[in-house]
Amino acid sequence: MDFGLSEEQEMLQETIRGFAQNECPTTRLRELFDKGEGHDPALWTALAEMGIAGLIVPEEHGGAGMELLDLALVAEVLGEYAIPGPFLGHALAIRGVMLAGSAEQQAKILPDLADGSQIATAALQEGDADWTPESWTARVRGGRLTGEKTIVSHAGIADRILVGLDAGGLAWVDTRGEGVVIEDLGGIDRTRPVYRVRFEGAPAEVLEGGGGNAWQLVETAAVLLAADAFGAATKLIDIDVAYAMEREQFGQPIAQFQAIKHTIARLGTDIEPARALFWYAAHCQDAIPDEAARAASVAKAHITDRAMNAARESVELHGGYGFTWECEVQMWFKRIMLDRSLLGTPDQWRERTAVLGEY
Amino acid sequence: MDLEYSAEHQAFRDEVREFLEGWPLKGDEARLPQEEQEQIFRKRGIEAGYVYRAVPKQYGGSEQPQDAIKDRIIVEEFYAAGAPRDLMSQGAGLMVPTLLEFGTEEQKERWIPPALTGEANWCQGYSEPGSGSDLASLQCQARLDGDEWVLNGQKIWTSSAQRAHMMFGLFRSEPDAKKHEGITYLLVPMDAEGIEVRPLREMSGGYEFNEVFFDDVRVPVENTVGKRGQGWQISRATLVHERNLIGNPNSMREAFSDLLDLARSRKINGVPANEDPGMRRRIAEIEGYVQTSQLSNMRQFTAANKGKMLEVMRPMMMNKVAGTDIMQMIMKCAYDLLGGDGILAPTESELDTWGRQTTSTGWVLQYVFSMGPAIAGGASNIQRNIIGERGYGLPRDLRRES
Ligand SMILES: Cc1cc2nc3c(=O)[nH]c(=O)nc-3n(C[C@H](O)[C@H](O)[C@H](O)COP(=O)(O)OP(=O)(O)OC[C@H]3O[C@@H](n4cnc5c(N)ncnc54)[C@H](O)[C@@H]3O)c2cc1C
Repeated sequence: MDFGLSEEQEMLQETIRGFAQNECPTTRLRELFDKGEGHDPALWTALAEMGIAGLIVPEEHGGAGMELLDLALVAEVLGEYAIPGPFLGHALAIRGVMLAGSAEQQAKILPDLADGSQIATAALQEGDADWTPESWTARVRGGRLTGEKTIVSHAGIADRILVGLDAGGLAWVDTRGEGVVIEDLGGIDRTRPVYRVRFEGAPAEVLEGGGGNAWQLVETAAVLLAADAFGAATKLIDIDVAYAMEREQFGQPIAQFQAIKHTIARLGTDIEPARALFWYAAHCQDAIPDEAARAASVAKAHITDRAMNAARESVELHGGYGFTWECEVQMWFKRIMLDRSLLGTPDQWRERTAVLGEY
Repeated sequence: MDLEYSAEHQAFRDEVREFLEGWPLKGDEARLPQEEQEQIFRKRGIEAGYVYRAVPKQYGGSEQPQDAIKDRIIVEEFYAAGAPRDLMSQGAGLMVPTLLEFGTEEQKERWIPPALTGEANWCQGYSEPGSGSDLASLQCQARLDGDEWVLNGQKIWTSSAQRAHMMFGLFRSEPDAKKHEGITYLLVPMDAEGIEVRPLREMSGGYEFNEVFFDDVRVPVENTVGKRGQGWQISRATLVHERNLIGNPNSMREAFSDLLDLARSRKINGVPANEDPGMRRRIAEIEGYVQTSQLSNMRQFTAANKGKMLEVMRPMMMNKVAGTDIMQMIMKCAYDLLGGDGILAPTESELDTWGRQTTSTGWVLQYVFSMGPAIAGGASNIQRNIIGERGYGLPRDLRRES
């Protein structure tokens, strides 16, 4: 019985933390944020060299062969530093191929993704509310894909797209091929821009390893979004603490006012214990499949909801400055907005929790 | 991460389950009063090594090597079977660890065994009318007269003092010393001359806590725990024990499952409440908190087990206030589910039995009771000071130091 991280896992997080601190400090983050591309090839290459791009890809296909928990731990740190880049979509595409690709397809597709030389993303949601596999309508007939997907992260720079199909199937599409129309949606989280992607008879390869894996993929997304939001929220609390110690009013640091101290304590009490929630949800996907769906559901709803609240309080705690574009809080605020709204809101996941829990 | 139990621990779980087939008691024993049955079973638990594992045999414990996983298995299994486990009353939970750490040999032999069996009930005499959160300002006086302490003054909010044989309390022995010095930790027989216990009626309607008045009460000097004037440090040291006692998340899980049952049995606008979309979400939101608390607890437990307590100090500081809030959320939801029945007062018999009761009025009582933990044992705002200051390194509050 061991519900804790291994030394390797702690080291993995420390390594990326160190990297993020050096390579993407707030000044650099700000530059990237203002540019709005949500991508820095140098940053992505460096992450790929650290093995992040292919973290869960089996070693025989050039990856690090790690588990979903490891992937979630990476997502946490990337959220903590609001690192721009195609990690989320890329990781989901890989997960989809591993869930639904035949052995041959995996051998063909995964190596280029594992070393980050190709960037992939995942196109799941359709319309503003159709995020569940049951509601998907994109379909492949005679090797051609038709349909429209929305909120596809980093589609603008992706080489390949994993697409969720009607009846829960998954297909693999070359982004640069014919019949793929990509439109920037102007997403609010400028570290992770989002696109609408229309498939007009685009050549597609259906993943053959069995349908019905789409929910598992959506649940993986839920866990990664929760982990990202958790990382972002813990960072916001640190930012709040630093600001509260430094900002003086009435001749003393505002941190000395109990209203401020208690706000921080409340946010901490909301967020810190939830670390265990995303750990568990990720671990279930690795080792306790029976509980994976419900754990993912609870984690996505609870963490993104509490994180959004922490973000809102963090803005307020910074006073007028908090409301400015200049204040760093907004970058995490918007990061959490995406984590919360992509692929189901807390309310929607709570309804799913109720269904899975047989309320 | 590995949530499977080792073969050794799995075997241990089987052993515990086998032992638990002895509860409820059968035959003639089943006809004894409940309290006696519990005593009998607890005694067997001590002999088998499942109860009071940290307490040495000579003081009535079962003195087992430390194994947090076994402890956890025992808690889980005893809880699932509804079997009486460690009596975690004020005496066994707070006074005993204090004595184990600071008591003389004689004190340990005399006071610990009866506190464990429940033969002797203890109450905690800390709070005073003018000293609650600011406990170190307490005034209840202890004056040394020969080889006896003479106590004068008043304690308040003393839970179960009306049934207690003994009190462990804090008294001011050096009136001129600084606030945190000059406090002495004393063991006081409740039948001593000059003690008067007056019940206070709680908002629930019941009588569980009291005022205790001292009028020239004489206590032998050998009832001093630790050194004279060191009571504050001693009580703090055991507070650390108390905080380190990682709570039992099973009761929260149980309350949640009762809540779900309640939702299934009530109606909202003519439809079963568990089918109402708003109610489903509200309960699912509570499930988020319950799971978080349970899993955080498991993380803390694992860390403690590996000797990495420092890594989880922060979530540990959060346990009390988080747990209090979550239980209140559960009870509040239940109260709302009761609809108009939520205005019914608890019955006399419910007031006598604390805890889990799933009748309508039982739920009302649980809702009212859920207010207590936000005050008792360090009010929630005081906990938030601790989290802010020790957890996040924020500056100390403006507090009068004298
Ligand atoms: C059910 C129950 C059982 C109890 N059992 C016992 C018992 O057996 N033995 C015993 O000794 N005591 C017992 N108590 C007493 C309990 O420990 C005190 O009530 C508690 O410490 C608060 O003290 P107080 O009531 O004087 O409130 P106060 O200290 O007057 O607090 C009033 C309010 O002010 C807030 N406050 C005070 N100081 C600060 C600060 N510095 N910063 C922010 N907020 C502050 C508090 O949070 C609270 O909300 C019990 C209480 C309850 C409710």
